[in-house]
Amino acid sequence: MENMVNIYLFGKQYSVPDDLTIMRAMEYAGYQLVRGCGCRNGFCGACATIYRIKGDKELKTCLACQTKVEDNMYVATLPFFPLVKEVYDIEKVKPTEQIMMQLYPEIYACVGCNACTKSCTQGLNVMQYIAYAQRGEFEKCAEESFDCVMCGVCSSRCPAGISHPQVAMLARRLNGKYLAPKTEHLENRIKEIKDGTFTELIENLMGKPIEEIKELYNNREIEK
Amino acid sequence: MYSENFQKSLKAVEAARKENIACEPKRMTAQEKEKLLASYHPDYKKSEFKTLSFGPNKGEEVPTELCEMLQAHSRISANDIDLNDIKYDVDVLIIGGGGAGTAAAIEADNAGAKTMIVTKLRMGDANTMMAEGGIQAADKPNDSPAIHFVDAFGGGHYAAKRELLAKLVCDAPEAIQWLNDLGVEFDKEPDGTMITTHGGGTSRKRMHAAKDYSGAEIMRTLRDEVLNRGIEVVDFTSAIELILDENGKAAGAVLMNMETKELMVAKAKTVIIATGGAGRMHYQGFPTSNHYGATADGLVLGYRAGAKLLYADTLQYHPTGAAYPQQIFGALVTEKVRSLGAKLVNRDGKVFMHPLETRDVAAASIIRECSDRKEGVDTGNGEAVWLDTPMIEAIGGDGTIEKRIPAMMRMFASYGIDIRKEPILVYPTLHYQNGGLDINVDGMTPNVENLYVAGEAVGGIHGRNRLMGNSLLDIIVFGRNAGKNAAARSKDVKVGKLTLDHIAKFDEERKSAGVDTDAVSPMLLPDYRRK
Repeated sequence: MENMVNIYLFGKQYSVPDDLTIMRAMEYAGYQLVRGCGCRNGFCGACATIYRIKGDKELKTCLACQTKVEDNMYVATLPFFPLVKEVYDIEKVKPTEQIMMQLYPEIYACVGCNACTKSCTQGLNVMQYIAYAQRGEFEKCAEESFDCVMCGVCSSRCPAGISHPQVAMLARRLNGKYLAPKTEHLENRIKEIKDGTFTELIENLMGKPIEEIKELYNNREIEK
Repeated sequence: MYSENFQKSLKAVEAARKENIACEPKRMTAQEKEKLLASYHPDYKKSEFKTLSFGPNKGEEVPTELCEMLQAHSRISANDIDLNDIKYDVDVLIIGGGGAGTAAAIEADNAGAKTMIVTKLRMGDANTMMAEGGIQAADKPNDSPAIHFVDAFGGGHYAAKRELLAKLVCDAPEAIQWLNDLGVEFDKEPDGTMITTHGGGTSRKRMHAAKDYSGAEIMRTLRDEVLNRGIEVVDFTSAIELILDENGKAAGAVLMNMETKELMVAKAKTVIIATGGAGRMHYQGFPTSNHYGATADGLVLGYRAGAKLLYADTLQYHPTGAAYPQQIFGALVTEKVRSLGAKLVNRDGKVFMHPLETRDVAAASIIRECSDRKEGVDTGNGEAVWLDTPMIEAIGGDGTIEKRIPAMMRMFASYGIDIRKEPILVYPTLHYQNGGLDINVDGMTPNVENLYVAGEAVGGIHGRNRLMGNSLLDIIVFGRNAGKNAAARSKDVKVGKLTLDHIAKFDEERKSAGVDTDAVSPMLLPDYRRK
């Protein structure tokens, strides 16, 4: 016999097995999800959820697909949050402090309440990565924010109206494109391909009888 | 933390760990692999397949569940919608907002075409987002596109369309550069050298990664770029039928708002199907690592409009789906865990295979261990084998797991399992649709003009099995390719009168074939409500 718990979906009570995730519990209760459900594996950020356990003062946040139900859990999903996404031309921006001031000036209005960090469904130090962004330290901001799934819960809790995930997105792109070291072997290989270095090898494979390719495959040397 | 039931087996795994790290298991011979696959791989289980009775692939076998969807009724009849009431009129219509769709959109926009993405969930709610391990490209000095070709061709059982595979491997380095130039981060040494590892079946270390968020890093960057460019994205809207023109060429799609069910007409000069995979069809009852919307929609739309499928009978079961705890049953445990040194171990602590065999071979080997060999661990929800993650830290040093596979660490930590100290339980999960719609090297289907396909909805790039890291690569290479070519072609297309005549024609064929069904398709979303 399954152990059942009481949960409240948007205030309405349902009895569900205690080993379900919040997402599965909603389906068990009869919801056919359209919004608030994407990858179901903790990567897409579609299922941001806010909950409170009865008798507890603290509001908690999570991804519905990654969190088990608890008895007396009040659940409200946050399938959409109006984040600010500024547009820019990645070819024209420069990895300097100015770009943040220009696109996301509200980050400088951060009051240091740390509500973003406390609410992060990924357990990231959100306020810290915003501090890095303020200082134009994009490499650090990129690293600190790397596991962000852009669910938007942090922004929903922010008194300064910061769209943290979008700030971090910009920082990561600046870092990936402009600050991270260039890859020489990649550039060389692209040039070799353009110069036709491998054309004959590939053409040779295109016409080779399958038996001969099998020989090649079964006897190929495998890098240790 | 594992309960008492697991402790005996867990102790055996721990006791053998040191020895298991040192052992280099033999790779299977070609003959051994063939025999193993024929006996244990789900693709070879004849009873789970059905022959198509009509349509472009009449007489061919496909999974039973797919057969039902391919032969089903349309969600609409031609009378349900006025094709003159055009809501969207664009050059390039892209169905699907994952990696292939967004890559196509960026290139089509770049080429000056009026481009629109329609997606039934949100842009980025896609299998691309969940691809963890990495992306292949032969860009190291000891490697070459030709070696990459041989690895992929052999791994795919010599069934790939060679011209598609040649494009995949030759365009790979440039695809990496393109992503990097868009700001995608890759794991690099301080001097810029890419940190690359093996994947199952690779003969060179050519797996590029962004920790174990490789797909997420690519997807969120492409999404950001689509938004920066102001490309129109219509979300929570599915395509439920292709529209052809009077000459039988693709000319748009009937769209449906997923929430209000409103129907709309999107007219287009060229259409790109980038709808991804089919894991949520749960073939043979398998759990899946796929996102919520992976229901083979594109295959259904294309098939009904006359496009041919290639290798629709072959699926990829990722060898290492999470088997425990129940909450993450079927979730992907990236192959990178094995690339970094973790081995597969049975109930008695014995390493039963080389950890880097191709995915089909590894999956079949695990199924054999858990069935005939009776060496599986009972999870209470089926059998499983151990993937001995603590080996990674023993080999690579403390901190390797946190640095290289943080998503895996986080996923299991949510349920009290510290993968740095404890192994995890895995079993194959439905992961990838090897087959799909047939395309030419320009990305267009040979049977329906102006209809392009990109990404997982394509069949033939990989053959009958796909290597790790070649899917993230294919969505970029063939997504871009489709976007460029569809945009270029749209410049010369004159769309004729729009029709949905193919629906009635398909109904006629069904009737003539004597198929009686109430099913409607595409499925759009699975129904997980308690019955």
